[in-house]
Amino acid sequence: MQFFFAAIKRNLLLSFRHKSDIFNPLAFFLMVAVMFPLGISPEAKFLAAIAAGVIWVAALLASLLSMDGLFRSDFADGSLEQMLISPQPLIVMVLAKIISHWLVTGFCLALLSPLLALMLFLPSEALFALVASLLLGTPTLSLIGAIGAGLTVGLRNGGVLISLLILPLYIPLLIFGTAMVQAASMGMPIVGYSAILGAILVVSLLFAPFATVAALKISVKG
Amino acid sequence: MKLKFPRWFYRLASPKWFYEISSKLMPWLALVTTVLMTIGLIWGLVFAPEDYQQGNSFRIIYIHVPAAILAQSCYLFMASAGAIGLIWKIKMAHVMAKSAAPIGASIAVLALATGAIWGKPTWGAWWVWDARLTSMLVLFFLYLGVIALTSAFDNVASSDKAAAVLSLVGVVNIPIIKYSVEWWNTLHQPATFTITAKPAMPAEMWIPLLIMVLSFYSFFALMLFARARIETLQREKRADWVQDLIKNHP
Repeated sequence: MQFFFAAIKRNLLLSFRHKSDIFNPLAFFLMVAVMFPLGISPEAKFLAAIAAGVIWVAALLASLLSMDGLFRSDFADGSLEQMLISPQPLIVMVLAKIISHWLVTGFCLALLSPLLALMLFLPSEALFALVASLLLGTPTLSLIGAIGAGLTVGLRNGGVLISLLILPLYIPLLIFGTAMVQAASMGMPIVGYSAILGAILVVSLLFAPFATVAALKISVKG
Repeated sequence: MKLKFPRWFYRLASPKWFYEISSKLMPWLALVTTVLMTIGLIWGLVFAPEDYQQGNSFRIIYIHVPAAILAQSCYLFMASAGAIGLIWKIKMAHVMAKSAAPIGASIAVLALATGAIWGKPTWGAWWVWDARLTSMLVLFFLYLGVIALTSAFDNVASSDKAAAVLSLVGVVNIPIIKYSVEWWNTLHQPATFTITAKPAMPAEMWIPLLIMVLSFYSFFALMLFARARIETLQREKRADWVQDLIKNHP
């Protein structure tokens, strides 16, 4: 447990020292969302209809963008190898990595999302659902993405590959996340959708760290 | 409790034995595939009765449904082979998984393409964002991911294991993807064949379909063997039996 918190502290400290780790995904999130009104139509009614989807897709891409770096620097300087041979269980380290990744990306994205919701004229009654769906969904994005990051960490051009591997697996989250926001904007209950998002989160919390550990072992030891 | 399997089962893990047995099996598989596919195609495309609503356009079912069924089974096969390879460290299982991936991807494309051709006369559109179409498309993406990951590694052993992990993760996700898109949007008719119920069409229609499904499976086995044989030779090129083979067949 002590090791777990120490690992989280180390990862967060590293992110705070490299401010771009935190700000680049957020800036990307904002910019992607801005492209849609410019590219499609600035009309409020039209934007309100697509806002939920746009924000979710932007969050998904922003999370994916930062995923490639999850293990890369530790792999490059050899600390990943040290973690593999250390007596501490690798799964704890991986879980700490994922949680800190979520804290600096997914959590911040969820906090920033009301701003985008205003820009895209999302109905105000759906605002809570949007933040809630992102808070429930983005941890799963980090968990599933970590598997892809682990598989591609030893490869030279893992960046494109990781999106190819992981994006198809993100589809259920996108569907349920946007469905939750849309249900809320039509004044329908959102409990069902949040239960599904929560269930997916719990299942991936159970399995994804193990798959990530297996992936890291393959990448490092061959 | 200790499980004991017949001897041939253990010998499946030997590349040399696989190479020998597949040389003997492949002509038979080719024969079975040709016979079944000829019967199924002629029966289905010429003699089966017309559909009372769709007329003759329904006949593409004899390609579309077998392709769709096979594309899904092939993924399961690939993932199980990957799991066997990961758990028991069997070389041949990885060879099988690697050989199955491109076949599965092309069969998925076939299912999507025939679906589009069938969709045009019946739904009036080549593509609709329907649950089954979307999940088949996602299945195709999963195949692409596995193929891309396999080719990204230089080292055969790590590429095998990485692809196995990814295909297993995909297996967990397939039901989730399937139900998520089903609840999201659906237009496609429900499954044609289920194990529990009798097909909702007359026997003259579904028997040729069943024959086509079987012929597709046999075709898959044939292609799998052909690919796996080449892969085996490449991987075992330093083994004595491969060297002997090269000397005896210049």
